[in-house]
Amino acid sequence: MILGIETSVEHVGVALGDYRGVRAHSMLASDRRHAESLTPMIQFVMQQAEVEMSDLSAVAVDVGPGLFTGMRVGIATAQSIAWALELPMISVCSLDVVAMNAHWSESVVAASLDARRGEVYWALYRMRAIGAEPQRITEPVVSSPEDLAVHLADRGEEIVCVGSGFDRHQEVFQALQWAQFLGASGSYPLATHLVTLAGQRLAADDTVLPGAVEPMYLRAPDAEINWQTRGAAS
Amino acid sequence: MSNFVVNESTVILALETSCDETAASVVMGGNDVLSSIVSSQIEIHARFGGVVPEVASRAHMEALIPVMQSAITEAGILPSRIDAVAATAGPGLIGALLVGVSAAKSLALVWDKPFIGVNHLEAHLYAGLLDDPTLQFPLVVLLVSGGHTMIIEMRGHGDYTVLGRTIDDAAGEAYDKVARYLDLGYPGGPVIDRIASQGNAEAIDFPRAMEHDGLNVSFSGLKTSVINYVKKNPDVANVDVAASFQAAVVDVLCTKTIRAAQQIGAKGIVLGGGVSANSLLRAQMSERGAAAGFKVALPSRAMCTDNAAMIAAAAWHRLGADGPSSLSCGAYPNLKLDAVPR
Ligand SMILES: [Zn+2]
Repeated sequence: MILGIETSVEHVGVALGDYRGVRAHSMLASDRRHAESLTPMIQFVMQQAEVEMSDLSAVAVDVGPGLFTGMRVGIATAQSIAWALELPMISVCSLDVVAMNAHWSESVVAASLDARRGEVYWALYRMRAIGAEPQRITEPVVSSPEDLAVHLADRGEEIVCVGSGFDRHQEVFQALQWAQFLGASGSYPLATHLVTLAGQRLAADDTVLPGAVEPMYLRAPDAEINWQTRGAAS
Repeated sequence: MSNFVVNESTVILALETSCDETAASVVMGGNDVLSSIVSSQIEIHARFGGVVPEVASRAHMEALIPVMQSAITEAGILPSRIDAVAATAGPGLIGALLVGVSAAKSLALVWDKPFIGVNHLEAHLYAGLLDDPTLQFPLVVLLVSGGHTMIIEMRGHGDYTVLGRTIDDAAGEAYDKVARYLDLGYPGGPVIDRIASQGNAEAIDFPRAMEHDGLNVSFSGLKTSVINYVKKNPDVANVDVAASFQAAVVDVLCTKTIRAAQQIGAKGIVLGGGVSANSLLRAQMSERGAAAGFKVALPSRAMCTDNAAMIAAAAWHRLGADGPSSLSCGAYPNLKLDAVPR
């Protein structure tokens, strides 16, 4: 049984599942109170599903990109559980999970999350068989929504667009031909999809040790950026 | 009332991530430190001239698992021996606090043990008791660090009154600002302490703000006098400025702390917080405190600066007195001394 933890956006999500599918899940639009909600939610979902700590075989976590504080709450929680139970971990990119919201798509899928400050995180995917991991066409990056729109227009093919990055900057993407927008139903990464993806990875033995799980920030801290700019200028 | 029986064999694993140290410790019976691991970020923040919250949070994430592992390994116990898990819940940097709180709550959940959210300020008071268990209440604790300057009456476990505090900068903050102005680097405390020993403390008569005025202190005016003096006397030796500045800070801290101890009839004076590692403060407080008839406890340097052993010690007392905190405990960046994180 895999425990999946999803806190890379404003929501807190927990799911339990194995190769047969999702066994239980819970979601709270937490308004960023990730730390307060997450531990009790794990306890609740496990109790309701009658899953014991000793039944767990791996812990999966969304490592971002997303809200830094949310990601860290989720990762610190997942790492500590896996460390204490001596379990392997599966670290999953938030954009991979968002792309799963269009798992039925035969066209290219663009997954994008709002990165704030007028930017978006994004990556492109091709979907494979149902339940299988989406295949990345491009690696996750952070850019202006305009850069993403140009990239999508240049592909000149039909694209399914999912995630809060598109919702937030609708005006930028409106003019795109060949684009289909999933809208609110596909805005966020879901813990259920995280566990489904993690099931594939576990079966393929694609796991890491708790100490090796790293947040995917894609953006340096402001102080770092200022310091580097100052260093380059002087 | 607590249903938890806390005794000499109760083993607590505690985490501390409130600022720029990632720390984990295993303590038995509230005072037997089996391990105390501290991973410092000082070098990471040095180039920025101060602690950068986002940089600190990232560094805590990297250090978390190795530090917890070292604490267990060095304690020489099996995780199954741990009776409770604690973490600093505030005050501090919110993003940094959340790393430790999330980890500690998870361990408590997995092991089915109580979780205790600890007040970092209260824990600093326990650092003194950890190093000297013979101390008797009431005590006056001078808590001085980069973020805090407080004179506290400790009447018993969990029973405190803040008698005095800084009305502007913390003592450690004043050290950092003066060091930055003199171009001495970061953190300011250790470097000023070091070069002050080569200077003349009577070279410049810096003001002792509010000296005759209650138990509060102020360091903002002192910092401004230092800057103005150096502007007017550009040839002055840094060592003399450092020595005279340090003499003024320490003089005020000793005067006010001893005055507080006299007012409440304290049985002893205890130092706590990073600035209490300062050599002049330790020497002066011992000498002047003893002359005034007080037992003065100077915790080791490791106990003065942030560590997780003091978190475990405070957690042991809190668990016995109030029981565990809830698993929905969060992080409280502005937690007051007498607040108990639930
Ligand atoms: Zn401290």
